[in-house]
Amino acid sequence: MSHPIVSSAPGAGLLAAHSLACRRGRRLLFRGLDLQLERGSVTWLRGTNGSGKTSLMRILAGLSQPAEGEVTWDGTALRKAGSNAHQAIVYIGHSNALKDDLTLAEAVAFLAVLAGLDEPASRSRAALAHLGLSNRVDAPVRTLSQGQRRRGALARLVLDERPRSWVLDEPFDALDAASVGVLSRMIEANARRQGAVLLTSHQAVQIAGAREFDLEPWRAAS
Amino acid sequence: MSGLLISVARRDLLLARRRRIEALLPLGFFIVAAGLFPIGVGPEPQMLRQMAPGVVWVCALLAAMLSVTQMFASDHQDGSLEQMLLSSQPLVTVVLGKVLAHWLSSGVPLVLAAPLIGVLFDMRAQAIGYLALTLLLGTPILSLLGAVGAALTLGLRSGAALVFLLVLPLTIPALIFGTGAVGAVDAGLSAQAHLSLLGALLIVTLLGAPVATAAALRISMD
Repeated sequence: MSHPIVSSAPGAGLLAAHSLACRRGRRLLFRGLDLQLERGSVTWLRGTNGSGKTSLMRILAGLSQPAEGEVTWDGTALRKAGSNAHQAIVYIGHSNALKDDLTLAEAVAFLAVLAGLDEPASRSRAALAHLGLSNRVDAPVRTLSQGQRRRGALARLVLDERPRSWVLDEPFDALDAASVGVLSRMIEANARRQGAVLLTSHQAVQIAGAREFDLEPWRAAS
Repeated sequence: MSGLLISVARRDLLLARRRRIEALLPLGFFIVAAGLFPIGVGPEPQMLRQMAPGVVWVCALLAAMLSVTQMFASDHQDGSLEQMLLSSQPLVTVVLGKVLAHWLSSGVPLVLAAPLIGVLFDMRAQAIGYLALTLLLGTPILSLLGAVGAALTLGLRSGAALVFLLVLPLTIPALIFGTGAVGAVDAGLSAQAHLSLLGALLIVTLLGAPVATAAALRISMD
């Protein structure tokens, strides 16, 4: 049995899970899980299909409640941490959160509004340019390929340069080799800014300093 | 906060403008359904005048419910709703923005079309005016209550039908005071009491429904 590499000292992490248990329906996915996302760290969350990777990410982002345990942000319970924590955590799930009937620039600008950023329109265009989508900013999202949509969704990571805790569910899905390189550099840059990154990926992660966190040891016997 | 409200409303109105057919369906339903009554019941002017307020109000209720089921569905499908829930901005403001957009795109056209139906039912000019006024006060209530129903049934297989069953009973007071005001004017009495109660109902709903909708959305997404 492999053991998680990430340390589990309580209170040390920017975003931390303490003795988490997750239940989906009647099935207990994992129990007693401790995880720390420290400043400047990149963590590759690993586990077989159905092991609860997405469920764990949703709990860490604050979208779901754990069956047991607690998630803390900077030492405070996530539920009580308020808008500071919400501003500091960015979650990108399987869905891209881009509306088919909006242009790419409009869709990303709306995400900037939700993030509470000023000048959303210019930030959106700059972020899309960073992802190599300058020539598609005024195209309706419905006309874009899967890879372009994914890049559009990932553009919200570079709307500003504030260090944040990124929780990314399969961010490399549908990306070409060049875009994988761009995203890897974005992740490394966030870590250098003392942000934290947790990601899942079916492909091998080629990011300098990335640590692995295997979900298997925490899986509840089914 | 008001910036977010306006941004959400503007985005939803933009989406409604780009899906014009879909947005105009409730209005089409309202006109066709109300227009069927004179054909089915017969052209007796006195009877038509008497039943007009009730028919118009019930058709408006059904038309509003028809569109409200979609208030959060597409945002849920494409992941936008997750981002709204994770936003550092208050979810209640997002809900209010969506309700405002729903009212402007679905409720206001019903208010504007009501005089046309009034003429069809041979209503007097004063009664038509009051009918439009009661709908102006009543349609926001329908949007607000509909939002609660749409949030509670989010992701359920028979969600649309459940919204009708959940919300329609809650709209009975608005229906009573709305039709009562027009009936009073028709009988030569003052509609003041009915309008005051309808206004009070709007204020109470405005205070309670967005909070309930936000809570229901969090439960639905867990």
